[in-house]
Amino acid sequence: MTLHYDVPGDDMSLAGKASTEVKRALSRLGVNPAELKRVAVAMYEAEMNMVIHAGGGVANATIEPDKVTVVLEDSGPGIQDLDMAMQEGFSTAPERMRELGFGAGMGLPNMKRNSDYLDIDTEPGRGTRVTIVVRLGTPTGPDA
Amino acid sequence: MNGESFHSVTLDPAKCTGCTTCIRFCPTEAIRVRKGRASIMDERCIDCGECIRRCPQGAKRAVSDPLAALERFPVRVAIPAPTLYGQFDERYTVDHILCGLLALGFTDVLEVAWAAELVSAATSAWVREHSGQGPWISSACPAVVKLIQVRFPSLLDKLVPILSPMEAAARLVKERMYPGRDDIGVFFISPCAAKVTVSRCPQGTTASAVDGVIGIKDVYLPLRNILPGVPERPLGRARGKGLGWAHIDGESDALGDPRGISVSGIDDVISVFEALENGTMRNVTFIEALACPAGCVGGPLTVENPYIARGRIRVRERRIDALPEREAPLDASGFNILWQESVQPRPALRLDKDILKAMIMMEEMEVIAESLPGLDCGSCGAPSCRAFAEDVARGLAVKTDCIFKLREDVRKLAEQLIDMERMQPPGLDKD
Repeated sequence: MTLHYDVPGDDMSLAGKASTEVKRALSRLGVNPAELKRVAVAMYEAEMNMVIHAGGGVANATIEPDKVTVVLEDSGPGIQDLDMAMQEGFSTAPERMRELGFGAGMGLPNMKRNSDYLDIDTEPGRGTRVTIVVRLGTPTGPDA
Repeated sequence: MNGESFHSVTLDPAKCTGCTTCIRFCPTEAIRVRKGRASIMDERCIDCGECIRRCPQGAKRAVSDPLAALERFPVRVAIPAPTLYGQFDERYTVDHILCGLLALGFTDVLEVAWAAELVSAATSAWVREHSGQGPWISSACPAVVKLIQVRFPSLLDKLVPILSPMEAAARLVKERMYPGRDDIGVFFISPCAAKVTVSRCPQGTTASAVDGVIGIKDVYLPLRNILPGVPERPLGRARGKGLGWAHIDGESDALGDPRGISVSGIDDVISVFEALENGTMRNVTFIEALACPAGCVGGPLTVENPYIARGRIRVRERRIDALPEREAPLDASGFNILWQESVQPRPALRLDKDILKAMIMMEEMEVIAESLPGLDCGSCGAPSCRAFAEDVARGLAVKTDCIFKLREDVRKLAEQLIDMERMQPPGLDKD
């Protein structure tokens, strides 16, 4: 099944809502908590990037019994140097934002760490398409 | 674990008018109104007491033990929560209040605030030694622990695996004050409904050392009436750090870690946990999370306004800390304060054990939710249209329980009737 979300780019107070909804769906489906958390972290990072840098976009989460695929698409500025962006500590955020705790340069590396497959298709000036896949094992629980 | 579904929060059916106020505020969507009465889904209830606070009829209450329960034991030890001290104004000192408990029929007291200081020391060591694995979440609030079991199972491994001050105090009474005895009754004087539940279905241990939980509201009047005639003796041992556990920030202050945060009120706790689950709290080491507004002083079994109670406790903290330290009530060296077992998830929100079946149900739920008005009016007895859609998918409700759906069906039926009325048998049809 696929869940579709429009991620608005102009309201920071709504940022992260799509990730929260996906998380809720996964817990209804009885997905293993550790796997749920990986989806949450990876998708949240991607969603926040889309809001902060690209003025929002769309997110689609496809849930299958053995994997979750999240595709986030925007028509923002794209990523200038993807290899640099993938390095821990690299950030384009101004000092002022870093002092607030943002822009630690952990976003993309964090997404990579929490996904089993990560693809970033980006073109400067055109937009970015992020595909995150998290594999699911068996649902756990006391009576699973 | 026996009695897994026991919980303290219950409904007085005689008082409930089926008004649906409570269903909207339940953080786990555990209440439905059926046949004009609220009913609580046991497996989802986390005993946060939110419905007790919200019910306009006072129909929700927490089951706790009466004072008469003391009669079962020859030795009766009161372990009062520090919140008790905030229920009385400064005329009465902590010593005085503790003496009052003895006058009510207890044979001994051990302050939970004193045990809280031990828990603080142990927590501080734990957080320091495991700093890379944080942020650590305090496990002192039983409703928060249950919230994590039900709604945030991915955070279970972040709970500080240390006994709550109540459990630590009760054990110390049995292991250190009266070792080897089996005629000791330990009674927690409680601001909290969830503590009643954990005294029967404990968290982090197989059996609780607490024998009974008496609500502060049930000792308040007897205590208030007896206090003026009770002579004061130096019984209090807890310092300000222990007393502070009664209110928000108290536990964090006792820990003294500047990278700790504190949050109270179930909705705010949920938003902090959502953020934590999203991985956004990298620089936080410790989270003090309390389900009640302003912390335990806001518990459903208290009588005084939480903010007044907090103010009073703060005054007491300063006064006690200005006095010389007293001798410890017992020797706690070597006491094992760690959890003996881990806390497991309670997937009460899961649609089905089989993920495929759950997915089919969720698709159905999405389709039903789309067709509903989205007003969250509560007439169907569910807290929201989405929760109602879930109930239908689970087979707990039928679509026409929605008043708007029913009206739609009635209209269709009426249209069909009119159409049928126009039809003529072929033999009579003159056109």
